[in-house]
Amino acid sequence: MVQNIIDVRNLSKSFDISSKEPGLKGTIKHFFRRQTKSIKVIKDISFEIKEGEIVGFLGANGAGKTTILKMLCGLIYPSEGSILVSGYLPYRRKENFLKNITLIMGQKQQLIWDLPPIESFYLNASIYDLDKFEAKKRIKKLSEMLEIDEELFIPVRKLSLGQRMKSELLAALIHEPNILFLDEPTLGLDINAQRNLRKFLQKYNKETNATICLTSHYMKDITSLCKRVICVHEGAISYDGKLDLLLKKLSPVKEILIVCRSEEEAIKLENSCFTVKNRIKNEITIKIEKNSITSSLKTILNNFDIEDLYINEPPIDEVIGKVLIKKDYDI
Amino acid sequence: MIFKLINRKLLTLLKVQYSNMLEYRVEIALWAISGIIPFFMLNIWTNNNLNESINISDVMLSRYFLCAFFVRQFSVVWVVFSFEEDSLMGKVSPYLIQPLNPFFRYFAQHLAEQITRFPFALIIAFFFFIFNPESLWIPNLGILLLSIVSTFLSFLIQFLIQSIVACLCFWTEKASSIERLLFIPTLFLSGLLAPVVSFPTYVKSWIYLTPFPYLIDFPANLLSGNETNISGGLSMQILWIFLLFPLFKRIWSEGTKKYTAMGS
Repeated sequence: MVQNIIDVRNLSKSFDISSKEPGLKGTIKHFFRRQTKSIKVIKDISFEIKEGEIVGFLGANGAGKTTILKMLCGLIYPSEGSILVSGYLPYRRKENFLKNITLIMGQKQQLIWDLPPIESFYLNASIYDLDKFEAKKRIKKLSEMLEIDEELFIPVRKLSLGQRMKSELLAALIHEPNILFLDEPTLGLDINAQRNLRKFLQKYNKETNATICLTSHYMKDITSLCKRVICVHEGAISYDGKLDLLLKKLSPVKEILIVCRSEEEAIKLENSCFTVKNRIKNEITIKIEKNSITSSLKTILNNFDIEDLYINEPPIDEVIGKVLIKKDYDI
Repeated sequence: MIFKLINRKLLTLLKVQYSNMLEYRVEIALWAISGIIPFFMLNIWTNNNLNESINISDVMLSRYFLCAFFVRQFSVVWVVFSFEEDSLMGKVSPYLIQPLNPFFRYFAQHLAEQITRFPFALIIAFFFFIFNPESLWIPNLGILLLSIVSTFLSFLIQFLIQSIVACLCFWTEKASSIERLLFIPTLFLSGLLAPVVSFPTYVKSWIYLTPFPYLIDFPANLLSGNETNISGGLSMQILWIFLLFPLFKRIWSEGTKKYTAMGS
């Protein structure tokens, strides 16, 4: 049986935030009497993650996804509740725990800006107590997986965003962590770089059985990497489960574009019992429930003069977009 | 074993930071030149014959200010500014989840910068002796080694003081403004502008209870060959380090609980 590697119980986090009214009056008032209020950004959440799982955290900006990741990796202290990651309390930041994890933030870098990435790799290797031989071996292996070579010897400031991100990944993975926390790792990358990064993460997960917690606003990252998603809405979990179940629940119908041989035939189809989305001349789009698609198509093909038809899934971004604004999903 | 590991990590950090510092060698040369306050002060003191009031000859005074320049070059600390910037920009986050206290990075950065500064400081000293040939002297090896140790201890004290102030970033975002408050006593009481011996007796007795005279005055007097209590000075430096280090550890431990990982 696969063990839970992350166990979160009734976790909450509050931040003290000061507020200021606009204008000079507000500024003076703020100077003499600063008003702060405590805002609960994570509200009593609980979940477990199994070893080797890839879990996507979905939510709108400010929903609390990154705060959850920061608490899981021990960067910030929780206000209430308990977190156990790989048997450790993350916020204590014990050496053995830190050697087991890594955090990659798409918009932040740890590489030394003016030096080639290779210098940062050897530095990280020594921080994680790897000897030079082992470090060399791992750099070779990871650079092959990430398909970077010459870039290792070029100052970071001269690398493209994609090359830099690959180097960041290599620096963050040199100690071969068991748990990866990735906060928007593909942010700002072009389509090819995004695809390569996803391929690499899949391969890394397969080869090392590492657990990956991922946040991303690119749905392709989520759909191609994560079987399970945790949706966060205003600091609370609105859905925790399989991604395909969520998609089925959110979009139970498929759209079918049917090209009829004549406009009359299309009108005939429009007046039948199917749910019509729209009709333009002899082209008609209808919606069919996913579980009755075969029988419905059989009926259409037998009773109408059809030239061609296309079955379309609703765009994933549109479907997931619904999750980001809804509080609760019972599936 | 632990020391071996720390040393290996520190050595690698030092090598990497030295390579990084070499990228900024022109900047460092300018920084070295900007540290010539002691020479201005020497000029003020000698032109106004102020040294007569404290019974120090012109030669010994010029040696003192040259040594003050040297000690300052190898004990200057700016960790509060680096840490504040890194903390506000969220750059400190990746370092916090590595099994090495981020202050080791800043420590190595300072040491690397000192190594880079060294040749520039020597060049400045060379020109100083060209214009003041009567001040040329060669300290004996024992005194030189003790002065190096004392300068390093001075650096450690300043590094610890600034690191403590830097940790206040966890509570107030602008910890560097607190450091500016400390800059005034550091400037006046450390011996950078005037040897501490020139202060009135009752003021001196208080000054010697603070860490400030052990930052510049004591190591500079030691190196220049002026009369000084070597064992007393070194003991006070070590005492201050022993007082400041646990305080730093405590503030660091409490501060990281307050960390909000802003900007990341």
